[in-house]
Amino acid sequence: MPVRKIVIQKPALTPFNVVAGIIVVVGLIITVIRFTQGLRATTNLSDYNPWGIWIGFDLLVGVALAAGGYVTSAACYIFGLKRFHSAVRPAILTGFLGYALVVLALHYDVGRPWRLPYPFIVQQGTTSLLFEVAACVALYLTVLFIEFTPAALEWLGLKRARSIVVKLTLVLTIFGVVLSTLHQSSLGALFLIAPSKLHPLWYSPYLALYFFVSSIVAGLSMVIFEGSLAHKHFHDKMDAEHLREADGVALGFAKAASWVLAGYFIIKVIGIAQTNAWGYLGTGYGLWFLVEMLGFVLLPCYFYAIGAREKNLKIIRRTAVWTVLGIVVNRFNVGLIAFNYHLPSSERYFPHWMEIGISVFVITIGILAYKFIVTHMPILYAHPDYDAH
Amino acid sequence: MSISRRRFLGWLGAAGVGTTLGRSAHAAGNTQFAGYPDSLGVLFDATRCIGCRKCEEACNKVNELPAPPKPFGDLAVLERKRRTDAKTYTVVNRYENVPGAKGPLYRKIQCNHCLEPACASACFVRAFTKNSNGAVTYDESVCVGCRYCMIACPFEIPTYEYDKAFTPRIMKCTFCYPRLIKGQLPGCVESCPAEALTFGKRRNLLKIARERIGLFPGRYIDHIYGETEMGGTAWLTLSGVPFRELGMREDLGTTSAPELTKGALSVVPVVASMWPVLLTGVYAISQRRDKIAREEKAAAVAEAVAKAQAEAKVKLTEAMARAEKDKKSAIDKEVKKALEEAAKTKAQESAAAPADVPEKKPS
Repeated sequence: MPVRKIVIQKPALTPFNVVAGIIVVVGLIITVIRFTQGLRATTNLSDYNPWGIWIGFDLLVGVALAAGGYVTSAACYIFGLKRFHSAVRPAILTGFLGYALVVLALHYDVGRPWRLPYPFIVQQGTTSLLFEVAACVALYLTVLFIEFTPAALEWLGLKRARSIVVKLTLVLTIFGVVLSTLHQSSLGALFLIAPSKLHPLWYSPYLALYFFVSSIVAGLSMVIFEGSLAHKHFHDKMDAEHLREADGVALGFAKAASWVLAGYFIIKVIGIAQTNAWGYLGTGYGLWFLVEMLGFVLLPCYFYAIGAREKNLKIIRRTAVWTVLGIVVNRFNVGLIAFNYHLPSSERYFPHWMEIGISVFVITIGILAYKFIVTHMPILYAHPDYDAH
Repeated sequence: MSISRRRFLGWLGAAGVGTTLGRSAHAAGNTQFAGYPDSLGVLFDATRCIGCRKCEEACNKVNELPAPPKPFGDLAVLERKRRTDAKTYTVVNRYENVPGAKGPLYRKIQCNHCLEPACASACFVRAFTKNSNGAVTYDESVCVGCRYCMIACPFEIPTYEYDKAFTPRIMKCTFCYPRLIKGQLPGCVESCPAEALTFGKRRNLLKIARERIGLFPGRYIDHIYGETEMGGTAWLTLSGVPFRELGMREDLGTTSAPELTKGALSVVPVVASMWPVLLTGVYAISQRRDKIAREEKAAAVAEAVAKAQAEAKVKLTEAMARAEKDKKSAIDKEVKKALEEAAKTKAQESAAAPADVPEKKPS
């Protein structure tokens, strides 16, 4: 397990290692409790609130924020924007890690995780949007894994296997976009079945479209955000191509994100008009909806545009963080806050600290895995022995 | 497997390609599933219920559920609102001070056994079955425990055994399916001392309900709850006060759960078939754009090179010609010089030896 390896190999008690170590230990303890005592002992889930933050955050937010992989590889390989080439590998890596962690987190949430393959091998509930999500996530995780393998194979020196995988790049990229379109949108469509439980300002026949379009924004913003983090901490790992292209990636992605956010805002307004939910804007939920729409959609749309026009990377990076936060707000709203809005506050859900503990644990594993991989494999630089693909 | 439309939608979702186009035309037509013919149901008449909890007791007994902390005879339990839980398939709640009612009112809650159940539509392992007799049953042997059925159910009926670490199940009323197939009545119906529960074929129950409303228009609200709610349910409710006063939602609409999600599912084959075509097209366009750019660049380079070469050639030729000319003139010059030199030498020689030459040419 790479996690342990890092902790043991570097006995240096840096604050990062200490904090990460504590989180991992606490996470493992909660893991034991979860799988021996059950969900009641570790969560605040109830019969009214069957889904908590392990779905609302780990699944809904996790999948949206892992969208950088399909967005970047599509931009580079399908749309031929070769100037983003150096951003593809880090984006694929974070996408792969993101999906792997989503699947890991699902093992905590479902009652009998060892049965997760049942929808594929025992009985197919194809009328369920969740089946679509499950099938696409499983397939896309596989696609991301294959897309990621060239880096690992270069690291291991397996030239032949690598050249075979590289030939599949275009097919995998197209397959990845198809699968991402389907499951990003169907995560939103999961809630179409419950119009009586989701607040009318968030419930819309366009839910699927909203989730898909906002996942593009999430992907673009995460690439910018991760790029700036990587520059801070792994600058020495980057080669000339990466360093030369990095600013262009941030500028190009900021511009794209601004446009997509503008489109997203417009379809949201159309959605409100279509369900004629204007009247709710004056309520408490309406105020919160306006905070989301103006503060986390229109505002970043504006600042991305300014940042791209003035070529101001500082504005762009801050906007990326804000936008990522906005995605969290949106997914929380649909999955948790505006869901069950009709129930009295005594029946509403608030996460147990152990639920939060597992979510933090999962993120920490992701960061540690990312750290291990970028320090060992050619992610932020091109391997000198191989041609770019 | 049960309903043909659901099945169809499933195929559509799974196949993701145009192989089901023939059926698509059929399903897109104006066909409608109105429930299994002769399926069973129960009519609950809230104006008759006395809140004795006998139904709860019978349910607990026939389903072999764990005994509750307080006995069923203890009506103090009715003080607070309860819901179904992992140990209770049905509960009766009391509603006090309802406008228009003389005394407290009661409502029994249990699975309504929808005609097109949201739980069954939502389940990704088909753990739920809508049986042709009307009962919606659950198969724990395939359940993964995702709890999407609980999200989907508009009546908030399915519950979960959160306490169990290894074998948690969804728990919900089965319409006493095992008793129904043996020809017995559901436990609750059998035990009701007030005839608040009427068992029968759903279509007959609808007639009975209408008769009651017709005979006692002052006693009933003119609506049979469950006739159309969420596409219709096998269990029906009559009430003397607006249903919301009994904690029942009046905003569920008449659209069934599969109807709500079929649009999203029908997008699957479109995306799966159109996206690769469009994206390959975009790829081809970007490739061609790059290729043309490359070719134009190559052509421009070639032209520039050719021009430069031609210019160089001209220059070279000129230089060569000049060099030739120079060389020639140099030779001429040298020759001339040599000749002059020779002539000069000769003249000097002849001048230096005049004695040797007796005769002089006349000049």
